Amino acid sequence: MGRDVLLIEDEPNIIEAIRFILSRDGWSVRTHSDGLTALDAVSDHMPDVVILDVMLPGRSGFDILRDIRGASNLNRTPVLMLTAKGQTKDREMAEQLGVSRFMSKPFSNADVLDAVRELAEA
Amino acid sequence: MSRGALTGTRIRERRMLIGMRQADLARDVGISPSYLNLIEHNRRRIGGKLLVDLARKLDVEASALTEGAETALLEALREASGVATGSPAELSRTEEFAGRFPGWAQLLSDKSRRVDELERIVEMLTERMTHDPFLSASLHEILSTVTAISSSAAILSDTKDIDPEWQARFLRNLVDESQRLNDGAQALVDYLDDTDGEDSWYSSPREELETYLEKRGYHLPELEQGKLDPNTLIQNAPELSTRSAREMARAYFERYMQDAAKLPLERFAPMAQEALVDPGQLALQFGTDAATVFRRLACMPEDQMHQRIGLAICDGSGTLTFRKPVEGFRLPRFGAACPLWPLYQSLSRPMTPIKAELEQAGRPPERFTTFAICQPLFTQDFNGPQVLEASMLIVPAAQTPSSPPQPVGTSCRICPRGDCVARREPSILADGF
Repeated sequence: MGRDVLLIEDEPNIIEAIRFILSRDGWSVRTHSDGLTALDAVSDHMPDVVILDVMLPGRSGFDILRDIRGASNLNRTPVLMLTAKGQTKDREMAEQLGVSRFMSKPFSNADVLDAVRELAEA
Repeated sequence: MSRGALTGTRIRERRMLIGMRQADLARDVGISPSYLNLIEHNRRRIGGKLLVDLARKLDVEASALTEGAETALLEALREASGVATGSPAELSRTEEFAGRFPGWAQLLSDKSRRVDELERIVEMLTERMTHDPFLSASLHEILSTVTAISSSAAILSDTKDIDPEWQARFLRNLVDESQRLNDGAQALVDYLDDTDGEDSWYSSPREELETYLEKRGYHLPELEQGKLDPNTLIQNAPELSTRSAREMARAYFERYMQDAAKLPLERFAPMAQEALVDPGQLALQFGTDAATVFRRLACMPEDQMHQRIGLAICDGSGTLTFRKPVEGFRLPRFGAACPLWPLYQSLSRPMTPIKAELEQAGRPPERFTTFAICQPLFTQDFNGPQVLEASMLIVPAAQTPSSPPQPVGTSCRICPRGDCVARREPSILADGF
């Protein structure tokens, strides 16, 4: 089971909270906040799970997800998408692009932790 | 006078009978020509002192303008039947119905009017929820803040052995995020609650500018006469509150001055009303382009024109960059407009003038003559990218057009025309509103 998570999110206090709960569960958490260079961060770190926000500076999480799924070395990486855009059409778009799990804000810490564990074991 | 005439219609007919201009009558009774225009089209109720004043200026008894008010009821019933779906109403028996069951007839009329009002509110709110960038960003901001608060609170609550340093950090985060939530929620409530005036509905810098221009009647004498430069005019306009709005205003004002230099008011104004028959002729006379004539016509003083003139301008992407609405021809506040507008057709035929008679869906549908042209903007040099701009002048039709008008809408989302071949998305009005 992998233990490396890359958290792509630009809200500092959400980053801190997720990093805290995952770290206490034994995960190594790296963070990245810029949408434009997010794909490079995924390629560089090759995490076991990517947690991806939708609304990022520079580039949308949907575009980043599309690129991840289009990259032969990354397309099997589990991606948990976290977003305040929780409408059905956003969920459907994420599913069409190949998201592994979609979670709307506000979410609970326990749900995020459970999702990351499940995705890493899958 | 027709049997079905309404008070506004009676006022208009009487004014035209004695050869009085709308602007003159409006000035005499102390209201704006725009407001009188709304009254004459039965879009504003009238009574009391204003009705008496109007009657006096029109040299008739006030009762002559209002008697037969029951005909308003008949008009309302006919209008209600015109928009009804399903079984057709027995139009030929409308008067019998109103006579035998006046209470029910009035109720039906009131309900029809109320449905119309509610449809407009639904249109506005749906459009706003879908496209309003401030509202969308605010809601996302609040959701993110709530997430940060709940995550931090859960950590403090559920983690028994939390390090004091981490505890202090999450407590601080809680305080910060709570303040952020407070500010965000307050801003959102202010935005939604402040419905006293149009000002509260700003959602973009362009709307700030358009609201400023609307209040000024789109005519800026300071720039016509060179009394003020654009920067000074902006400094004197506190309602242009954002930097983006001021930048847009500067560009608009500079273009306004250039247009005024090409078509000076004292020479242009006397010919403006006639130009509505064919603005291209006026462009030829002044040696300028049609789009400049359009813009000048749209910013003529209200008292110089017999009616209000609308104008829509879009860029090469179809995005509306300027909107001066005219009664009966609605321009969408957000998003794309009706693809059947000649404005968009002109984008595929640059430099080709397009004249079209249109009928926009509404209650009742109203007809307009439109003139559209697409012209390139030379922003750089011959090596630069081609930048196109299309303009469409919107003139209330003076008479019934010789050929059937082209039916158009405002935008697909709020257009009731169900059989439109150009529809790009379902209408909220067709689904039961």
